[in-house]
Amino acid sequence: MEDSTESEVSRRGFLARSAAVSAAVTVAGGAVPAGATTPVAAPPGAGPVEVTLRVNGGTHRLRVDPRATLLDTLRERLELTGTKKGCDRGQCGACTVHVDGRRVLSCLTLAASVPNRPVTTIEGLADGDRPHPMQQAFVDCDALQCGFCTPGQVMSAVAVVREGHTGSDEEIREFMSGNLCRCAAYPTIVAAVKQGGGR
Amino acid sequence: MRPFTYASASTVEEALAGAGADSAYLAGGTTLVDLMKLEVMSPAAVLNIDTLPLRDIRHDHTGLHVGALARMSDVAAHRLVTARYPVISQALLHSASPQLRNMASIGGNVLQRTRCGYFRDPATACNKRTPGSGCAAITGYNRAHAVLGTSESCVATHPSDLAVALVALDASVLLRDRAGERAVRLADFYLLPGDTPHLENRLRPGELLAGVTVPPLSWARRSTYVKVRDRRPYEFALTSVAAAVDLRGDTIADVRLAAGGVGTKPWRLPAVEDALRSRPLRADTVKAAVTHAADDATPLSHNGFKPELLRRTIVRALLTLAGRP
Ligand SMILES: Cc1cc2nc3c(=O)[nH]c(=O)nc-3n(C[C@H](O)[C@H](O)[C@H](O)COP(=O)(O)OP(=O)(O)OC[C@H]3O[C@@H](n4cnc5c(N)ncnc54)[C@H](O)[C@@H]3O)c2cc1C
Ligand code: SF4
Ligand code: FES
Ligand code: FES
Repeated sequence: MEDSTESEVSRRGFLARSAAVSAAVTVAGGAVPAGATTPVAAPPGAGPVEVTLRVNGGTHRLRVDPRATLLDTLRERLELTGTKKGCDRGQCGACTVHVDGRRVLSCLTLAASVPNRPVTTIEGLADGDRPHPMQQAFVDCDALQCGFCTPGQVMSAVAVVREGHTGSDEEIREFMSGNLCRCAAYPTIVAAVKQGGGR
Repeated sequence: MRPFTYASASTVEEALAGAGADSAYLAGGTTLVDLMKLEVMSPAAVLNIDTLPLRDIRHDHTGLHVGALARMSDVAAHRLVTARYPVISQALLHSASPQLRNMASIGGNVLQRTRCGYFRDPATACNKRTPGSGCAAITGYNRAHAVLGTSESCVATHPSDLAVALVALDASVLLRDRAGERAVRLADFYLLPGDTPHLENRLRPGELLAGVTVPPLSWARRSTYVKVRDRRPYEFALTSVAAAVDLRGDTIADVRLAAGGVGTKPWRLPAVEDALRSRPLRADTVKAAVTHAADDATPLSHNGFKPELLRRTIVRALLTLAGRP
């Protein structure tokens, strides 16, 4: 367990470092980086802004580009990569997190717009080594295949229980409808929400 | 996304003072951040109004008052709304997803932009996004587009479900700028595309939508929202109908009807309302009354089904209300 965590971290670290190196090489070679768009003159004062993010109980004082979404900030700056980027357009639910205890989409939330508001991500659900009952329910019910949508599903599922929308399978499906699953694990997700909600 | 300056306003005065010609207010961000990513909207300044104290939901002798920054989910669940104006609650609960409803504000909802796929794609011609560039939808894929209120320049629908309910209930929006506040009926607030589809409503630059007022209507307790779409949850309307009836025995004393998914703005149906007054609320009379509901429709190449679907949606909405106490 220690080892695999260790190698995950260094793999990401390695990828990040090599990306930085190749970018530096490209610039030194004078080539235009692939995917670059026409430079746009930034309006005066469009520089970074300071924001204090409170994530999973920790406090982070950051300088962020005002364009940075909460999703990218969690993943790229705070290395909380459990929250996934599916569509980046508010359509799939993979990026679901809780702000002030309510589920929202981090891909349509600007990081600068949630100063000092408590944010909970999938990494903040477990109690130490003990998974949250909803995480356990997803494992028990086999409520995933590839797992890409799962962090968002679990964050929504915890909220569905809190909102009191577990009255019937139909109600669960309606209130889980903001989370798409490309593998279509829907029947076992409904079962997991029921188990995790103690129904 | 293009660069912008970012600031946050803590009072209405601060927001109005901070707004400029090329600025955009940020509420829930579910339209604005999406369209900034697509570079369909590229304001030079973004002014966050999310924390302004405009979130109250209350009812008095002048009607229901909802602050512009009240959340869709909070309004949908509020007991004043579910008891007195079920059509509003249902329209909201049939909108978007639970996460989006937690983020999105009432003001942002009525100001959301069309979901026309060409509008959202800067590589295509679109008079609404780039005036004078043409309309890719008229000759392109237009199954979801409007059949009422269209022009040679634009055939896009207004996508808000809430606005359909509000137009049926004769609601007004409160607009505030540095000079003061004015109320505009939502039905008059939206503009038909004509040859200026980029002008969508009467909001002036820098003006703030402060709230929505729904006049008292005791019989709106008997109201409903029916939305027909390609998949049941989490989809925009092909057609939708907001309906309220004042039923005396089985006779329709008064009625309100508005439709979504068919018009370039939320579409009130006064001719059908007239045809229904003083008639019994029964399948045969309702079916007769809707015959002319879409006489003005001009279907496009892929949405010829919409007039008939609209008539059937009206019938469904009204008959749903027949059985209610
Ligand atoms: C995947 C998806 C599915 C959706 N499905 C539906 C649906 O089925 N039905 C439906 O009705 N809607 C649907 N929506 C749209 C959603 O309801 C709107 O995006 C939302 O209501 C906008 O509110 P907001 O607070 O997020 O607005 P913002 O994005 O913050 O603002 C929208 C616009 O209004 C301006 N603005 C906001 N508030 C004010 C104010 N108080 N005064 C002046 N200007 C203001 C902003 O500058 C911006 O131009 C969907 C959206 C998505 C992303
Ligand atoms: S229908 Fe309107 S919004 Fe769509 S492409 Fe044509 S002009 Fe643009
Ligand atoms: S990544 Fe946010 S909804 Fe898809
Ligand atoms: S498990 Fe693969 S997308 Fe849901």
